[in-house]
Order: sequence, then C-alpha cells, then structure tokens
Amino acid sequence: MVISGMIKILIENLSLQYSDGKESLRDINMEIPANAITVLFGPAGGGKSSLLRVFNRLNDLADVKLISGRVLLDDIDILDPKIDVITLRRRVGMVFARPVVLPMSIRSNLTYGLELTGEKREKILSEAVERSLRQAALWDEVKDRLNEPAVSLSGGQQQRLCLARSLVLMPEVILLDEPTSGLDPISTGKVEASLQELKQGYTIVLVPHSVQQAARVADVAAFFLQGELIEKGIGKELFINPKDKRTEDYIMGRFG
Amino acid sequence: MDRQKKIIINPGSSDARLTRQKLGFGCLTLTTLATVIPIFAVVIYILIKGLPAISWSFLTTFPFDGVKQGGIYPAIVGTFLLTLGTAIFSVPLGIGAAIYLSEYASESRWTRIIRIAIINLAGIPSVVYGLFGLGMFVIFLRFGTSILAGSLTLSIMTLPVIISTAEEALRAVPQSFRVVSISVGATRWQTIRRIVLPQSLPGIITGVILGLERAAGETAPILFTAASFFLPRLPNSPLDPTMALPYHLFVVSTQVPGMPVKIQYGTALVLIAFVLGMNLIATTIRSRARAHRQW
Amino acid sequence: MESTKNWKEYILTRLIKISGYSAIIFVLMIFYFLLREGLPTIGEVSFVNLISIRWYPIEDYFGLLPLIGGSILVTLGAAIFAIPIGICTAVFIAEIAPRWTRDILKPLVEVLGGIPSVVLGFLGILILAPALRRLLDLPTGLTALAGSILLGGIAIPTIVSVAEDALDSVPRSYRDASLALGATQWQTIWRVTLPAARSGVITAIMLGIGRTIGETMAVMMVTGNAAVLPSKWNSLFLPVRTMTATIAAEMGEVAKNSTHYHVLFFVGLVLFLISLGINVAASTAVFKQRRRAERILS
Repeated sequence: MVISGMIKILIENLSLQYSDGKESLRDINMEIPANAITVLFGPAGGGKSSLLRVFNRLNDLADVKLISGRVLLDDIDILDPKIDVITLRRRVGMVFARPVVLPMSIRSNLTYGLELTGEKREKILSEAVERSLRQAALWDEVKDRLNEPAVSLSGGQQQRLCLARSLVLMPEVILLDEPTSGLDPISTGKVEASLQELKQGYTIVLVPHSVQQAARVADVAAFFLQGELIEKGIGKELFINPKDKRTEDYIMGRFG
Repeated sequence: MDRQKKIIINPGSSDARLTRQKLGFGCLTLTTLATVIPIFAVVIYILIKGLPAISWSFLTTFPFDGVKQGGIYPAIVGTFLLTLGTAIFSVPLGIGAAIYLSEYASESRWTRIIRIAIINLAGIPSVVYGLFGLGMFVIFLRFGTSILAGSLTLSIMTLPVIISTAEEALRAVPQSFRVVSISVGATRWQTIRRIVLPQSLPGIITGVILGLERAAGETAPILFTAASFFLPRLPNSPLDPTMALPYHLFVVSTQVPGMPVKIQYGTALVLIAFVLGMNLIATTIRSRARAHRQW
Repeated sequence: MESTKNWKEYILTRLIKISGYSAIIFVLMIFYFLLREGLPTIGEVSFVNLISIRWYPIEDYFGLLPLIGGSILVTLGAAIFAIPIGICTAVFIAEIAPRWTRDILKPLVEVLGGIPSVVLGFLGILILAPALRRLLDLPTGLTALAGSILLGGIAIPTIVSVAEDALDSVPRSYRDASLALGATQWQTIWRVTLPAARSGVITAIMLGIGRTIGETMAVMMVTGNAAVLPSKWNSLFLPVRTMTATIAAEMGEVAKNSTHYHVLFFVGLVLFLISLGINVAASTAVFKQRRRAERILS
C-alpha cells in the first residue's frame, strides 16, 4: 500500500531473535514510504522498537541470536554485514524516548556528529547548528545560549535538541522511539508540529507513546503484536475502521 | 512518676534495653575515637617533632657525615623520579586495561580470568614484588639496581589499583551517552575518546594519584631493586640506583647508630607530607568533579 | 582520510586489548620467577631441615617453622586487635554517626590507610616499643605484641572501609522493619543489619588480614627479628620474626644462587600462594555480595 511515489524502505521476510528471547520479530513484510510519517504502534513487547533499531543497525549493540530477511534502504540491503554501518547511521537518524543530551554545550551537542566526519570548518558547523535548530523549532529559544550546557534546558527543549541533533547530518530517514513520552502536552505538540513540517523532506518512522498520538500524526499506520505485523492502513483508516479484531481491541483500550 | 508509666506501658524490659543501647553506643563511640584519634596523633606528633628539622637546606642539600648531618635532597629527588617512572609505565597500561574491560570486553571466561589476575596482583605482599623485581629486572634483564628496575617493579604493583579505579570511573559514565554517540555514526573508539574518557577523567586521575601515592611510600619493592643507602651524586640515568624517602627513613631509624632523632622525624615528615599531599589533591579533584558533573 | 583513521583505530584497539590481558601475563611472570629461583630449594635443602625449628642460615639451618610461626602469631595478634575495633568503628560510622560526619570520618580513616608502613614502623621503634617495655616491664619492647599493634593499625582502615560499605548497602527496609517491631536501634544493628551484611564484613576482615600477612617494613622494624619459634605462652611478649621480615632483612646479604638465596625465594613463593588464596576467596565473596545486594535492591 503506497500513498504517493517512492518507497524508502522495503522490508522482506524480516525475522529477528535476541539471545534472551525478548522482543523478537516474525516474518515482517512492509513498505515505508518516503516523505511521510509511518507509525508503528502496539502494546509493549510487540517488536516496534526492535524494528526501529534494525533500520540504523543499532541492534548490533544487543545480543542478537538470529536475523534473517532483507531490509532495503533505497536499493541497499542494510542487513548485509559488508555495508558500512557508519555511513548508514548518518543516513538514518534516531531520537530516543528519554532526551539524552551529551554532557556538552548545546552547540557541541549538535556539532558532535559533524565533527566525527572530520568537518572542522566553523562556517559549515555554524550553519548546520542554525539550520537544525530551526527545523526543530528550537532556534529562537536557544540562539543566545548556544554555549551553555545542554543539561540546563528543560525536558521538552532537550528532546527538541535531540531532534535537531538527528537532523544535523541531513539524514534521509528519521527514527523516533516514543519521543514525547516524558513531555508535557505543549512540548509534545511542538514536536508533532515539527514532524509534520519535516516529513516534506524526510522519511519519518515513529513509535508513538499512545494510540491517540498515532492517530494524530500517522500517514501510514502499522499495528504490531508480539513480533508480528497484524495490520497496516493509510491515514486514520486503521483507527476508524480496523479490519482485525486484535487491532480493534487494542485501539479500544481493551488491552494494552 | 516514671515508675508508674513503666507499669502501664511495658514492664521493665524496654528500660533495660535502652540503657544497654546507651552503653553500647558509648562503647562504639569510644572505639571509633580510638581509631580516629591515633590518626591525628600520628600526623601531629610527626609534625611537631619533625618541623624543627625542616629548613630550606634540609630539603635541598645532600647528607654528609654518613647520613648523620645535612639534608635529604637526593632522597626527595629519588622518590620523585621513582614515582614518575612508575607513572610512565603503569598509567597507560592501567588505563588501557580499564578501557578494555569496560568498553570492549564482554563478560566471558577470559575476562573473569583477567579479573582474578588483577585481584591476585593486588594481594601480593610488597616484599614478594621486591623479590620478583630482583629476579626479573635486576638480574635477568640485567638492569642492575636502578631506577628502571625499581619503577618497573612499582608499576606492576600499582597496576591493579589503577585498573580498578579507572574501570569504575569508566563504567560510571551513563550507557545512554554511548548509544547516542553510536547512533550518529561514531565508531567505538571515537565514542571512547570524545565522550567516555573525558567524562571519566577526574575519576581516573583520582585513582592514578592514589595508586602513585602508595608507590611513593613503599619500601620493600625498592629494597633490592633501586634503593641505595648513600649516593654522593644524583642519578643521571635510569640505570643508576637512587636514594628514596621511605628507604632513607628506614635506614636512618634502624641502621645508623647515633642518628640525630630530629633528622629522623624530619625525614618522616617530608615523606608523610608528600604522600598526604597527593591524597589531598586526589580528594579535591574527586569532589570538584562530582560537583561539576553534567549528568 | 577515513582509511587512515581506520588503520590508526585498528592499532589502538589492538594495544588496548593487549593491555587488558597484561594482568594475566604479569601474574604468570611473577609466579614463574618465584618458582625459578625458589624451587631449587627442594633439591638443595632436605624436607626435614625445612620443617625444623631452627632458622640459622649461616650454619645451614633453614627451618621455616619459626618464620611461619612468627607470621601467624603477629597476624593473630593483629586480628584480635583489629577486627573488633574495625567492625565497631564501621558500625559507628554506618549506623550511628550523623550523616554529615560520615563524609569526614571515612576520608580520615583512609588517610590512616595511606600512611606508609615504614613511618608506622619508625614510630613503633621510637614510641611504641619503649612504651611497651616500660608498661609491661619487658627486657625489650621489640616484640610480637608491638608488631601486632602496628599491623592492627594497618588492617583497621581496610576493615573499616569495606565493612562500612557493606553495612551501608543493607537496604533501609530491613532496619525499618526491625524498628517497627519494637526493637531498639542497638538490637537492630546486631541482630538484623550486621547479619545481613555478613558476607561483606567477612570480606572486609579477610582483606584486612591479607594486608597484614603481606606487611613487611613495619613488622621488620618492630618485632625484634629473632627467628625463634613462638611456642611459649608469653611468646607475644618476646621478639619474633615473620616471613616477610626475613626476606627483607636477609636478601641484601645473600650471594646470588646460593642455597640461602633460593630458600628466601621459596619463602616468597609460600607468601605468594597464601595471599593468593586469601584474596581470591575474599574477592569472590565481594562479587557475590554485590550481586546479591543488586538483586535485593532492584
């Protein structure tokens, strides 16, 4: 099911198992469209975060017993052990559930990723800092305090800083794992608004922290239960008219 | 009045228990004082008896007349050189090992063996290190009685302290930093160099200083590997033997008949000042770092 | 540019890995050298000689028993002295003293642990020994007792530090439950908290004793260095010689590769194995205690 134009990520028969048996994925087949917000939702343990971490190979850090299938980013299989994971992680950015700011200044948090590539030119770094902060709707609030420690920001600001940080390297895909779970409604609203703007230039995959958030932002929604993809749909269709009973039960709050 | 209350609430036993508690607390307080007061007493006593001996010439001139007169300059320099030598060998090796254990190694049989080895090294008596240093560095590698042999011996002795404190400091850095760093495309080493090491540096430095402080005060490892009773000149190469403060104190308090007591106390004072000074620096670094932490 | 970075990083990673394994290499090296120079003893000195009670190397008497006996006596004396005081101090700091004093007392005790043993030995000669001689009317103050007191002073900081950590990590809920049942704080400490921290406290004691056995300078300066088997009831008040002091005192005078030389290395080997045993046992207990505490607190 494609909404318009391109498929950014194609998942074919993906199965994943951890050594301790937790949160595995079973035979996932799915397409992630470009320039849209794809939402992966479902109860805990469903495999959503695991799938997210496959996209930037962050699951390499965990104890994976078995992984099979193909995940194609454009035309490259990112599960291929021969690919350059570093470059992949620059093409696919990630925002985590709890805002993790590095113990540095606001500016350094943002330039960190660029400096890793060897970029030293002040002009390029400063431009990247401003651009990403504007995209995260944070520029006005911090433009005079760029050299202050990032921990001095409020929770909502820190999370938007993390969003900005993921944008600095100009990735093609942005992954967000419950990005607003600790935030107040206003900050949540700001993040969601930024995502709506960003989707025009980026592919966004989001694990929401509530069904309501999923319904608010999804262009494509996919329901996961215990490692299986149960159902997917376009826009609000899944939330208004779920086809599978399990989807309906979850959305209705009968379990969760 | 009191008697009446007791009969109503709880006959007898609670009063006895409280008395026992008061007695017990008193005993414990006394015991702690017995532990703490001698510490003060030792330092202050040495301060009082040793201060008269301290003068600029004491600290900067050579001893003469056997060692019965003059200063302890070469011993001070010697201890300084030995500490430096120990640092040169044990710090990179120790921090490297700590980085390996904290950032690279997964918990396997081999890492357990490494940890057991570190525990062993920590428990070996200092005189056994002296024997080892004698056998390996002085004799087998033919360094002779030298600063080099002494430093190498002291480094191996200091290694476990540095490794364990450094590893603890590295592990204290939140794992989330590493994950974030990796997610923007850093390699493991880049993450270590740019985030983990800088954040853990105060803790590592504290551990290094405490380890070197121990090395500076040890006598037995340098007895057969580096120390010399009296040298007319300062050592001018790592293969020369040297005088050293702890060894000098040992000698002047046990091997020299007619040794002026004042100089003995002066030597002890300088040694304590050196060691406690390092302790103070380490503690200051540790508390200031804790206050300025951004996590 | 990326490839040079990779190459540098590769070498660095290799070096780090080697550093990690270096501890094993060093332990093996030490063991090897002790064996190499110590084992010839077995060929050169008869077993009967080694277990005799005469240590008189000049006349080829290499009985180890007086030395082992000396070490045991002094260590035992130190233990009797240090264990009660150390544990009581740890209890005081952890359970009774107000929170703010803890930050003063703990570093203070660590300062005692940092005083070089040669300084303590020095004070032992000048102050402790004469005092003992006068107080107890002995021919000399340089006795096992003096050694025990100094060694106790060296062991106490270790015992206090580790035991205090162990007591501190006992969950609050244990104490609260006991107090809620009507026990006094005193009763809670001895019947609930201390038993709960038992393995940590035992570890503290073992580590302290381990330090004691390995101590060289302080004992050498203060125990009188008479290699006599401590067999009389008043041996505590007589001069004695430990294994460590023997090595330190005699190593400087032996001819390389002589029998005496080999025997001294052999004594070193014995010391190595003893402290190995104690420290491994103590530290395995530390790991278990920490894991248990984590499970309880999680």
